[in-house]
Amino acid sequence: MDFSFTSEQDMLRDTVAKLVAQQYDFDTRRKVAKSDAGWRPEMWSQFAELGLLGAAFSEAEGGFGNGPIEAMIVMEEFGKGLVIEPYLQTVVIGGNFLRHGGTAAQKEELIPSLIGGETIFAFAYSEPKSRFDLNDVSTTAKKDGAGYVLNGHKAVVLGGPFATHLIVTARTSGGQRDAKGVSVFIVPKGAKGVTTRDYPTVDGLRASEVYFENVAVGADALVGQADNGLSLTEKVVDNAIAALCAEAVGCFKVLNEATISYAKQRKQFGQPIANFQVLQHRMVDMFMAAEQAASMTYMVTLKLDEADKARKMAASAAKVQIGKAGKLISQDAVQIHGGMGMTDELNVGHFFKRVTMIESQFGNTDWHLRRYTELSAS
Amino acid sequence: MDVQFTPEEIAFREEVRTFLENEYPAELRGKYSRDEYSKEDFLLWQRTLYKRGWGAPAWPKQYGGTGWNATQKYIFQEECARAETLPIPPFGMSMLAPVLMAFASDEQKNYYLPRIIQGVDFWCQGYSEPGAGSDLASLKTKAVREGDHYIINGQKTWTTLGHFADWIFVLCRTDPTAKKPQEGISFILVDMKTPGVEVRPIITMDGGHEVNETWFTDVKVPVANLVGKENEGWTYAKYLLAHERTGIAGVARSKKGIERLREIASVELDQGQPIIRNPEFAKKISELEIDLTALEYTELRTLARESQGKGPGPESSILKIKGTEIQQRITELTLEAVGVYGAPYFRGFPKDGDNMFPIGPDYAHLAAPMYANMRKTSIYGGSNEIQHNIIAKMVLGL
Repeated sequence: MDFSFTSEQDMLRDTVAKLVAQQYDFDTRRKVAKSDAGWRPEMWSQFAELGLLGAAFSEAEGGFGNGPIEAMIVMEEFGKGLVIEPYLQTVVIGGNFLRHGGTAAQKEELIPSLIGGETIFAFAYSEPKSRFDLNDVSTTAKKDGAGYVLNGHKAVVLGGPFATHLIVTARTSGGQRDAKGVSVFIVPKGAKGVTTRDYPTVDGLRASEVYFENVAVGADALVGQADNGLSLTEKVVDNAIAALCAEAVGCFKVLNEATISYAKQRKQFGQPIANFQVLQHRMVDMFMAAEQAASMTYMVTLKLDEADKARKMAASAAKVQIGKAGKLISQDAVQIHGGMGMTDELNVGHFFKRVTMIESQFGNTDWHLRRYTELSAS
Repeated sequence: MDVQFTPEEIAFREEVRTFLENEYPAELRGKYSRDEYSKEDFLLWQRTLYKRGWGAPAWPKQYGGTGWNATQKYIFQEECARAETLPIPPFGMSMLAPVLMAFASDEQKNYYLPRIIQGVDFWCQGYSEPGAGSDLASLKTKAVREGDHYIINGQKTWTTLGHFADWIFVLCRTDPTAKKPQEGISFILVDMKTPGVEVRPIITMDGGHEVNETWFTDVKVPVANLVGKENEGWTYAKYLLAHERTGIAGVARSKKGIERLREIASVELDQGQPIIRNPEFAKKISELEIDLTALEYTELRTLARESQGKGPGPESSILKIKGTEIQQRITELTLEAVGVYGAPYFRGFPKDGDNMFPIGPDYAHLAAPMYANMRKTSIYGGSNEIQHNIIAKMVLGL
């Protein structure tokens, strides 16, 4: 058992922290989020140059690091800057689909270009009626000769507008909610029959509704086994949850620091409001929630390679803790900032919105509490 | 970073497990879960550990500590909780001992420390007074110097297991003219057999006798029993409280507590089904267990920092608050789980295994008293509100 970081991991954190501090200040982020493009492709190139896109891949895979711990470090620091670029979708989700399900040819084709910044993924899994259930898939992929033909509608595909490739869950057999019969495909976004409607999200990101109309793909588009894609998807999503928790921890740190410093300078009744015990205890509760969230993020990150049940319970436990902590911290941060906390001008509201969206991404607190409870009874 | 145990750590766990299976005294088995214990029980367990060389895992090696790293200490705690051993009372081992090591004379260290680790002396704590709880510095117990002795007069309260104790460490006011309440306090060791020391039981709402009032009437104590310098006792008192907070999380015991709760909830019926299948109840257990997992990793982070010589970080101050909330919640849910058989009161009643008709399952007997008793945890050791103040001031700089 060991809770220390290697010197390479410390260096990675310094690199990302410096980048966020210098090039991702709040005003810049606000401008980028409001721009037509909604992101900075040149920032993505910079991530590639700095080695951030390869940090979660091993040297054998063409990367410079190891895996989940590196992703955790990057995501926590990105969380502090509300980074928009699709690191989660590309490195964590795309990368883990390839690592855990990709064929040698797929890895060879896509990992180097991912690390180089040319291949960018978005994950098209949720559907208008599926809510948070990964098995609930009505998009179909019918066998056609050696390949498949996809039809369906995927909802709120985050980072869709920035992506070169979509990772798509589709049903190759069974009923809409069956565990068996889900398959995973990599589809170039420019493939014939793919249409997207792009839009901004409340937390300053971009997403797409994606429609597949008779989209023909080859057999080589399949990731993992046909019909048995659900357990691969669950494993990748648990990796994404761990990374998302790390992002949330970064957000919590900023919210707590902002709140404490505001409370120290804001004067009412002739003194800083930080002197009031009723506010002090709320800020202590925010601090404790953030520390417990950080602990849970370590926990889930270190358990991603365990057997399915242990890994799923770890991911759900972490998501529950982060969801609750997020509500407490973001709501109290706005409350203690008073009227100023309500404004678009201050960073607090922007972190509030991102933390709120994280709570429901890949299953909200209730959903994960139920999954945890069911697993603990199994 | 990783959470896997190395082969050496797994071997160590086996060693601890085997020791507990073979050497934990037969007459002590089951006493922890029945909440039954005597002074002799505690001392016997301490002597057993001492014989094995494990008398004081947290102490430095020079005083007889084990030299274990943080992981080994964690494993040891886990295994003791798993085997449901009696706990080691903290008063001598983890409260007084660090103060002696840091501030006492060599003579004092050489006399008292071996008697703690060898299971000879049972210690209790003389901090709180009727008028000095969270505001500890307002204490009034006086020690007046007369030649080679102090004459102590006053009253301490909430003296946990004072009725077992051979010795008590007492905070006394030695300079009544000091300008601030924190000044003029001294840290004095008192033999409980000294004439004028009187222990009177306080019965708590669970019906148990755990705490006491301790009265001092013209108690004559040699000056040699003063620890450190006269009037500097507040520094030592604070040092002690800082040590009291580490290990207070009780993670391993709480894990075992949740395991027991699950067992009970698997046999107690609710609408004809085990209550653990009631989604509302099952959800409460899940939330509790998730909170405990977070606390466990917070404690592991703290231990890791300590073993890297960084000292407890800000996260350590969370351990007391969250740890006690979880301990309380376990007893609360256990009482919920046992339903109507939470009501019968068994203190002083015939023991299990008598020939009468049974009154509910054995596990229900202590559910309500334990729930009542555990309310103490958010009050003692610096109330949880005081812990909030400490974090606000020391960690957040408010």
